[in-house]
Amino acid sequence: MSATAREIAAAVRSGALSARAVVDEHLARIAAGDGEINAFNLVLADDARAAAEAVDAAVAAGRDPGPLAGVPLALKDNLCTRGIPTTCSSRILEGWCPPYDATVVERAVAAGGVVIGKTNLDEFAMGSSTENSAFGPTRNPRDPSRVPGGSSGGSAAAVAAGFAPLALGSDTGGSIRQPAALCGVVGAKPTYGAVSRYGLIAFASSLDQIGPFAANVGDAALLLEVIAGYDPRDSTSIPEVPPSLSDHLGGGVQDLRVGVVAELVDGIDTDVLARLHGAADALAAAGAKIEEVSVPAAAHGLSAYYLIAPAEASSNLARYDGVRYGLRVAGADITEMYGATRAAGFGAEVKRRIMLGTYALSAGYYDAYYGQAQRVRTLIIRDFETAYQRVDVLLSPTTPSTAFAFGAKADPLSMYLSDVCTIPSNLAGHPAMSVPFGTGADGMPVGVQVMAPALAEARMFAVAGALEAGAP
Amino acid sequence: MSDRITPADVAHVARLARLDLTEEEATRFAEQLGAVLDHAAGVAALDTTGVPATAHPLPIRNVLRADEVTPSLDRAEVLAMAPEAESGRFRVPPILGEVP
Repeated sequence: MSATAREIAAAVRSGALSARAVVDEHLARIAAGDGEINAFNLVLADDARAAAEAVDAAVAAGRDPGPLAGVPLALKDNLCTRGIPTTCSSRILEGWCPPYDATVVERAVAAGGVVIGKTNLDEFAMGSSTENSAFGPTRNPRDPSRVPGGSSGGSAAAVAAGFAPLALGSDTGGSIRQPAALCGVVGAKPTYGAVSRYGLIAFASSLDQIGPFAANVGDAALLLEVIAGYDPRDSTSIPEVPPSLSDHLGGGVQDLRVGVVAELVDGIDTDVLARLHGAADALAAAGAKIEEVSVPAAAHGLSAYYLIAPAEASSNLARYDGVRYGLRVAGADITEMYGATRAAGFGAEVKRRIMLGTYALSAGYYDAYYGQAQRVRTLIIRDFETAYQRVDVLLSPTTPSTAFAFGAKADPLSMYLSDVCTIPSNLAGHPAMSVPFGTGADGMPVGVQVMAPALAEARMFAVAGALEAGAP
Repeated sequence: MSDRITPADVAHVARLARLDLTEEEATRFAEQLGAVLDHAAGVAALDTTGVPATAHPLPIRNVLRADEVTPSLDRAEVLAMAPEAESGRFRVPPILGEVP
């Protein structure tokens, strides 16, 4: 069964296929393959079977279970699932069960989706390889000696390995798009505010967004449509009704103006660049107008991000103090307890980012670092606005290289450079997605990134569809 | 090796962040953080005169709701997940005063 999510949902809704059979098939694949891949922190076999049976019962009773009917769905383990462990792949939340479901989980389940498990991530979503998980790394299904990317490596690998047709991840600096590129699947980050963050365990609140992984563009659009939309429980949720994506998928790119971002070809491997040019050629063949455009401040996105994101993280992770939830290491007084709990509970990368953020916000440094980074953020937004006066969408590589080997980027700064192409969209709050487009010299997947202005997801998905159709 | 941030700076910041660190960690993190800050120094050098800061991609506004009592989280469920709970509250070690 290598059916798409749309095909599965249609077959289950019509009664031609039982959701129970679908989930059993996927659970069997997980049992056979996840020992090596380690995409999942937790497989929810019994819950998934019960949920699948409920979908089948609804169909038998003449009720429509919804557009995701019976489709197995993997959830990144920083999405709250009531009564089910949600760890952020951190020792500080090991065994903790949230008392509520994330909005996106509620919506996906209400649409008939069958949650099959919680997937591995870099601890608290901080990383680009899933090597920072406290529970062991996830392996790239295309080559298990290499990383799947991160931080949503488990979700990307789950879809790439066929363990689930759909997965949700989160993207703060590229954590959906980069692993999607490295694993050869589709991954999308919506406009900031388009998808509710209620129940997403926060890393950097002005940057975090939840988005879909799928094996094809149409399935990614399907999942995004289900989870998007206003949520009063998220104060940053935008009230506009999101546009339909499915209606526009086949729209094509005739006369669409596509800009290749000049600043985002620096430091990119030649084989990845060759695929980017191939992608531009494919869009041109489909009727688009290609030109090079400049987004000058994008060159400073990485530096601004590695001041803003850790600063926000240092604030968001202050709550992990051993008082209300998670790990507690005893101390004679509360201050000792805080220090010992956080030392034992957080991994090295999380500690680095908390300290970097605390430093950037501390007296004497606030304006030179954090304040300046926020002004650079304004420059990036303005440069995008200027570019979008000339073109309708932007194109770039998703990542500088294909999937690297475990341990290859042990130096933190070299790991941070993986995000150079993805970060600008998070800073601007714009939608962006990665579409597989051929392989590199090493045979590993290459992803091409499509970027669009705020709320232009329909246009972005139309371009993604054209890339998918023209991919080698 | 970067000398932008010293192990003493790291120790100070770790105290602010309530993170116990070993001396080895303070030294190692000073090197690693120094390298990141060196890279970020490019940002500090940019001319941003007259450019306003953006803290948030969207204009942030206060979101209010009607002042009506609605159910909140289930207290028992929340306390069941607490490291230590007593009499419907989270129990913690002493905050003020002498350790008994």
